This record gives sequence, C-alpha cells and structure tokens, in this order.
Amino acid sequence: MSEPILEISNLRRLFDVSKPWLERFIAREPRQLLTAVDEVSFSINKGETFALVGESGSGKSTVAKMVVGLLQPSGGTVRFAGVPEGERPRPGMVQMIFQDPYASLNPRWRVADIIAEPMIVTRARSGARADAASRANRVAELLNLVGLSPRDSDKYPHQFSGGQRQRIAIARALSSEPEFIVCDEPTSALDVSVQAQILNLMRELQERLGLTILFISHNLAVVRHMANRIGVMYLGRLVEVQESDALFLAPKHPYTRLLIDAVPNLSEIGRDRVPVQGEVPSPINPPTGCTFHPRCPIAMPICSRERPVFREDAACHALTPQASAAE
Amino acid sequence: MAGKTVLEVSGLTLDFATRRGTLRALDGVSFSIARGEVLGVVGESGAGKSLTGTAIIGLVERPGRITGGEIRLNGQRIDNLPPKEMRAIRGRKIGMIFQDPLTSLNPVFRIGDQLIETLQEHLPLSKSEARQRAIELLTEVGIPAPEKRIDGYPHEFSGGMRQRVVIALALAAGPDLIVADEPTTALDVSVQAQIITLLKRLCRTRGTSVMLITHDMGVIAETADRVAVMYAGRIVEIGPVAEVIRHPRHPYARGLMGAIPALDTRVKRLTQISGAMPRLDAIPKGCAFQPRCPIAIPRCATDRPELVQAGASRAACWLASSEAEVPA
Amino acid sequence: MADVPRNSAEPSRFQRIWESDVMWSFRHSPVAIVSAIVSLVMIFGAILAPLYAPQDPFNPASLNLMDGLTAPGKVNEFTGKTFLLGSDSQGRDMFSAVLYGTQVSLLVGAASVLFSAVIGVFLGLMAGYIGGKTEAVIMRVADVQLSFPAILIALLIFGVARGIIPPSQQEDATLILLILAIGLSNWAQYARTVRGSTLVEKNKEYVQAARVIGRSPLLIMLKHILPNVMGPVTVIATINLALAIIEEATLSFLGVGMPPTQPSLGTLIRVGQQFLFSGEWWILLFPALTLVILALAINLLGDWLRDALNPRLR
Repeated sequence: MSEPILEISNLRRLFDVSKPWLERFIAREPRQLLTAVDEVSFSINKGETFALVGESGSGKSTVAKMVVGLLQPSGGTVRFAGVPEGERPRPGMVQMIFQDPYASLNPRWRVADIIAEPMIVTRARSGARADAASRANRVAELLNLVGLSPRDSDKYPHQFSGGQRQRIAIARALSSEPEFIVCDEPTSALDVSVQAQILNLMRELQERLGLTILFISHNLAVVRHMANRIGVMYLGRLVEVQESDALFLAPKHPYTRLLIDAVPNLSEIGRDRVPVQGEVPSPINPPTGCTFHPRCPIAMPICSRERPVFREDAACHALTPQASAAE
Repeated sequence: MAGKTVLEVSGLTLDFATRRGTLRALDGVSFSIARGEVLGVVGESGAGKSLTGTAIIGLVERPGRITGGEIRLNGQRIDNLPPKEMRAIRGRKIGMIFQDPLTSLNPVFRIGDQLIETLQEHLPLSKSEARQRAIELLTEVGIPAPEKRIDGYPHEFSGGMRQRVVIALALAAGPDLIVADEPTTALDVSVQAQIITLLKRLCRTRGTSVMLITHDMGVIAETADRVAVMYAGRIVEIGPVAEVIRHPRHPYARGLMGAIPALDTRVKRLTQISGAMPRLDAIPKGCAFQPRCPIAIPRCATDRPELVQAGASRAACWLASSEAEVPA
Repeated sequence: MADVPRNSAEPSRFQRIWESDVMWSFRHSPVAIVSAIVSLVMIFGAILAPLYAPQDPFNPASLNLMDGLTAPGKVNEFTGKTFLLGSDSQGRDMFSAVLYGTQVSLLVGAASVLFSAVIGVFLGLMAGYIGGKTEAVIMRVADVQLSFPAILIALLIFGVARGIIPPSQQEDATLILLILAIGLSNWAQYARTVRGSTLVEKNKEYVQAARVIGRSPLLIMLKHILPNVMGPVTVIATINLALAIIEEATLSFLGVGMPPTQPSLGTLIRVGQQFLFSGEWWILLFPALTLVILALAINLLGDWLRDALNPRLR
C-alpha cells in the first residue's frame, strides 16, 4: 500500500489572462499572468484515495487537469511510477470522471460507442485490436459492473437520468483498464440520494479493481467519506496534507479549521456561530506572504511578509517553532 | 414561534400543459409559516420546491398554471390577484432572494439606485431619506464603508457581497415574508456560513418569516425551525427540524438523511435509495415513492397516503402512524 | 440498482421521429407544411422531367422554328401544336424549358451549397478547435469575404477562372465553374457559425474525455464535434440553397452563367426579358414565377427549421 504511484513535485501552472495585444498596446499595460497552481507537491500511494479540497479559485481542478494531461504544467513535474521522467503513461492508464454527466457524454453517440471508445483507442495503440463481438461483450460486462443493464447499450445519453449517466461515464473510464482515476467533482451535479449511490459504487469498484483515485471536491463531507488522505488547497497552494481522520480530528492549518467549521452539519441543529469574515481574494492579485493571512484569526506580522514553508503536514508560520518564538 | 400565521398555503396544485398532456408539478401542497418562523423546504431537483416558492411570489410562468388550492398572506388571498396588485405585494410584503445574485441585480445600475428605487416604490420616502435608509440597510447586511460602496455597480462586488446586497433589497420595504431560493448554493462554504448567519440574525431581529428553499439539509439544520420534505410535487413529511432530522418518519426522508455523508463519522456505506425520482410524466399511482420504498406494502401501490400525525411531525406514509419507529 | 422505472414498450424508430420536437413543430406549422410540399413538388418535378416533359429543350434536333412564339394554350397556326405555357422564339416548349431550367438551377444550387458547406464547416472546425494563428487567419479571411456581396465575389472568381480556361472548353466547364464560384463565395457564413458552436462544444467534458485517452485532434473534430454542430449548418444550408439559386440566376441573367443552349432559370429570364415589350410575356413570366416560388418556399422552410431547432428564439 505504500509505494507511490504518482509523485507531483513543485507543480506550477500560470494562465495568461491579459487583454488582447492591441488593447494592451494602446493602454500600455503589461501581460497579466494568473498563478493558478503554485509549488504544489504531494504523492499518492497505490490503492488509496487522495482528495484535494478547496473553494473556488484554489486550483484543485487545474491540478487534476495536469495530472491527466489536459493541461501542460508551467513548472514542476507529474511523474507516474514506472514511467520515465517527462513522459506520459500509456494512453488509458489514467482516466478521468467529470463533474457534469450532462456534458461528459457525447449526445449524438450511443452508449455502447461511448463506452467502447477508450477501448478502441487504447487497444489500437498497443497493437491488439479487439473484434466487434468481444468489444460488445466487454461493454455489457462494464454496464453490469456499474449497475446498468446491457440492454441499455443501444440507447442515447438523453434517455438516462443524471445518476445513470454518471454510471455510464464510470463505465467509460473503466473500459481502458486504468490504474489511476481522477474524479473532478463527480457528484456535485447530482442530488443527495443519487450522490450516495455513485459514492457507494465508486468505493465498491475501487476495492474490487484496486484502483487509485485522485478525488477533487469542494464538499468536505463527501471527501471525508471517500478519501484516505486529504490535501487542502487555498489560492493555488497546498496548505495542509493529512490522513483523513487526523485532518478532521486535529486540523493544523487555520484555513482547514475554518473550512471544517463552515460546513453546516446535521448534528448541530440550530447552531449559532461566528463565521470567519472575508472571501477568497482574486488569484490575479494574491496577498503577499501567506495568502491566507488577511483572513487568518491567528495571523502574525511575519505572515504578510514571508511565505510559509510546507513542513510536517502543513504550511503555516504558527506551526514553525522559530517563528512563534520570535514574534 | 407559535405566533400569528403569516403564510397559509392549502391544497396548492400546479399543472403544466404540454403537448404530451398535462403534467402535475405540485399536487395538493399545504403548509403554513408563523410570524418569525423559518420554514425549510428540501427536496431533490424536480421535487417542486422552487416551484412552490415561485407560486407564492406569483411568478409562475406559462405553460405552468395554478389549478387548485389557495395561498393566503396574512389572511388575504394572493394566488388570484391581478398582476398589478401582486407586483405591489412582491417587494412590499414578500421579499425574494435567488440563487444567483447577478440575476437579481441589474448590472447597469448602481446598487444604491436599485435600493433607493425599491424603497421609494414601496414606502413614502424622499430621495435623500431613501438614500439614508439604503446606507443603513447596507450597514445592517455587513457591507463595509456603505457610504462609498452604495455608488458601486454590482460587478464591483464579490459573490458574497452581492448576495448581501440582494438581502438588503429583499428586506428594504420591511416585508413579512422572505422567499429564499437556494440563497447560498452559488457561494463558497466559508461565505455560505456568513450569509446564513446574516439571514438568520436579520430575520430574528425583525421578526420576518422565511421560506428557505434548498437542497442542502445541513443549511436547513442550522437555519430552520421547521422543515418540509418534498418528493415528486408533494410534501411527504413536515415537522420541527430536530424531529425530522433525528427521527424521520417517512421512508424517503429517512433515506435522505442516511444518504448525506457526515463530517463527524465515517461509515463504510451510505444509505442508498435505489433509483431516481420519477419524471413528472411517470409519477406512479398511489404513493409516488412506493417503487423505491424498502418497506412498501400492497396498499401503497393503490392508495395515496395523506399527511398524518407521526410523533411531533406529520408524514404522508401508510406506515408512519402505525409504527412509531420503523427499523431502517 | 435499477434507476427510473422505464416504459415497457419502446417506441419504434418512426414513432420516435414522428413524436420528436422538430416533427411536432413541423406538424403544427402550416407555413412549413405548405412550403415543404411546394419545394418537394418542384424538386421532384424537375428531377423527373425527362420522364414526362413534352420535349427535350436541350436537344436542338427536337426544336422546330415553326413552333416559335406560340402563346400559352393557343394552337400554333403553322404546325397545329399547342403548348401549355407557350413557346419561345426557337420553338421551345416553355413548360419543358422551365422544368429543365429548374433542374439546372437546383443542381447548381445544391452542388454549390454542398461545396461551400464542406469548406466552411471544415475551416470553422479548425478555427474553433485549434485556435491561435490558424483561427486568426481563417476568420480574418472570412471577415474580408463577408464584407463584399457574394455575387461580386462569385463574378470575380468566375471571371478569373474563365481567363485561365481555353475558350474551346469554356462551355462544358461553365456548370462546374458556376458551382465552384458560388460555393467559394458562400463558405464564410458556415465557418463563422461552426467556429462559434465549436468553441462551445470543445470545452464540454465529452471532448475532454476523448482528449484524456489520446484521441487525435482531427478525429475529435470529425467524430465528436462535427455531429454536434450540424444543427445550425442544416439551417444555413437550407436558406443558402435559396440564395445560391438566386445567385446563379443573377449570374446567368448577367450573361456570365449558363449558356442559352443549356439554360437555367436565370438564362431563361434573360432571354425572356427581350420579348417582354413585343408582347410575348410568357417567355419571361413562367421562368421568373418558378424562380420566385422555388426560392420563397425553400427560404420559408429554412426559417421554420431555424425556429424549430432553436427554441430560445420562440
């Protein structure tokens, strides 16, 4: 369980958010770059579910896209076990499940074609092209696996409900026999009762197939249910990484604490609280030093000057002995 | 809490005339909200919760049509008012908060102008009085430096600040009832907590009643006094929030509570309700939940259960009153 | 884990199409029904002309100068023949001439629409999907072209091409040249529309899913995006069919289109207008009327299709 399958180090991604060059030229403005992901490092072990949580603008989805290869990193590396540095793993080894089951299936394709596509593409490359009959068998098998009927393979996506569509998307992801699956907010477009079905299914499949999952979500409760380890992101930076239970029991970074406190909980009926003020600042002009310092209840002078170093599970000045002694 | 009734909805039925026949989107929805009370309305998409809110503020659009029941605000019937009179009630007596603050604010007007216009439309105030009142409102909803920000445009505000402005607009004329439809869904968790706290505080101090429509049971748990659970256009359970969350009587409500992953405990498997809510054109006869129900009896397929007293709540289930606690 | 209770009886394919939203809107639009019937009658009437037309107007051997200038329905005083829509100065039966002329007009129209759609859709897909410099070049060319009237561009292309081709082959090449010229003058609209739809589609997750498994950009464009941008293309193609027929008629009317030996509706109108003041009105009227009705019917059909496929406009 302990060998890492994915290692990410110092991952960075910039986006060019400048105006068109003519406008920029006339207004004499420089190029404007947005740092969506900044110096993010973590590793994921084989067979575990690693989750990235954060609010909008935290860069969690950008990390996911770099892991599956939809975006190129501006700096740092994404390295899979057994794959030489700078190369991508075999096609189909890493798969992705998307947020919106209404947009993630091509509306003009039949379910059988949707599920078979990764099979065809990836098998074709490794040289062993499967014939139509064995492909149909495999599609039926996959449909059964995700709790649908093989009779559904001739239908079009619009004939299914949101939850069923997400099952089809899962079947498609599994059809290339992946070892690693990135799930980008896979249930946030679904209703609670359907969300429970999909989450249960994903945990079942993970155990059965020995998959490794990178799970991206803004929903802490869902993450708690799914993940072994959790990374918390804020404004493009990783602020804390801990085992799931430890993170919820004893969060180290003040932002993690804020996030956990902010989630409305069924067991605290009618609770009154003092919420943390402020909102996530724009990533175009992030605060200096620790980006969380303007909202931090325990901020010290050093926080606005220096960027905290990530050590022992979290990146916070208050956790560094020298800093707290000096102030 | 047991004060005067502000809103009384009884037997509300709403149909959509489509070319494939009439679809019943709301079927005999009845509930009431007392003065100062927060009623949460939960349900999954398509359950009819937003439509109930739309019907109350009189903004049902064609081909939808109220075909039965009545809606009374402070005893006055409002579901059959002519559009002009309804416009006067909207804003003055009923405030509205929607999911996306950008759609409730006009992007080309300063937020101050929108507030002042709303104030002057409903209250006899001069321009400068209205402006003063607008600044007070902005202060009240926690906008920093309101004297300056009042001349800002909506796009200059962050998502959370915009939703605060919308709350100020909804409260401007001192309404008796606020219909809030998914007011925090578009916001980040930390901002969501701020908005919930604000809404709760303001309504408590002013004695305004709130109908809080959301899919998030957690928000309801923290905010509401009573909660109504909707399924396929009907209320299946209604009762005090603690009662419905801790001892849900209807099997759907019970499934719903078990399906929500919790922060403090980790279970191996979430309770799952098989299937999905039926589409409006395929609502089963009898109890609409019966095909998905783990404890259905033959009677459920033929007769539709009405809301009956079950403990402190009322539930629409044939088994709700017979067994106090059905094993889950 | 069965989800929604499904209907036991699956509707047949025909039933599904008949019950679809587009068909429903068709069945409830009298304008659409009438214009569809008119278009179909004219299209099939023209295609099947060789089966029932009284005469082959393209074959000089079948013409008799003595039949010339007979009024509609009148008996010719020399040969004793009658012509339903009259005859022209060459003794050509106008009814047959209109049928064959419609055939030529439709052929040029349909072929040029197909040609411009293929070019425009492909360039639009490339511009939208690849973006960057490719997009800038394609779209600027399209902008320039759209700022001139299509007829001017068609005239230009036609003129240049004629200069290149040796005069002896010009007559045979005219049909192809017309198709190319009209086709090339109309691709920009498709490119613009398809680029817009492609920009929307390419950000959808099904395209990302195909990219994750390593599908090539060309296959993503053709297999994933293309089927999803065909709706607006069909609408433009239908409306453009009417425009292309008129464009061809204009060119032929100006004398740079189909020759009188192989007349299209435009050529017939050009020939006919010479007889207008000498009292032989039918030589002009019937081709012109056919052109107007054909273009109007197809155009109305296109308008309806646009509304039916884009419910937001209703």
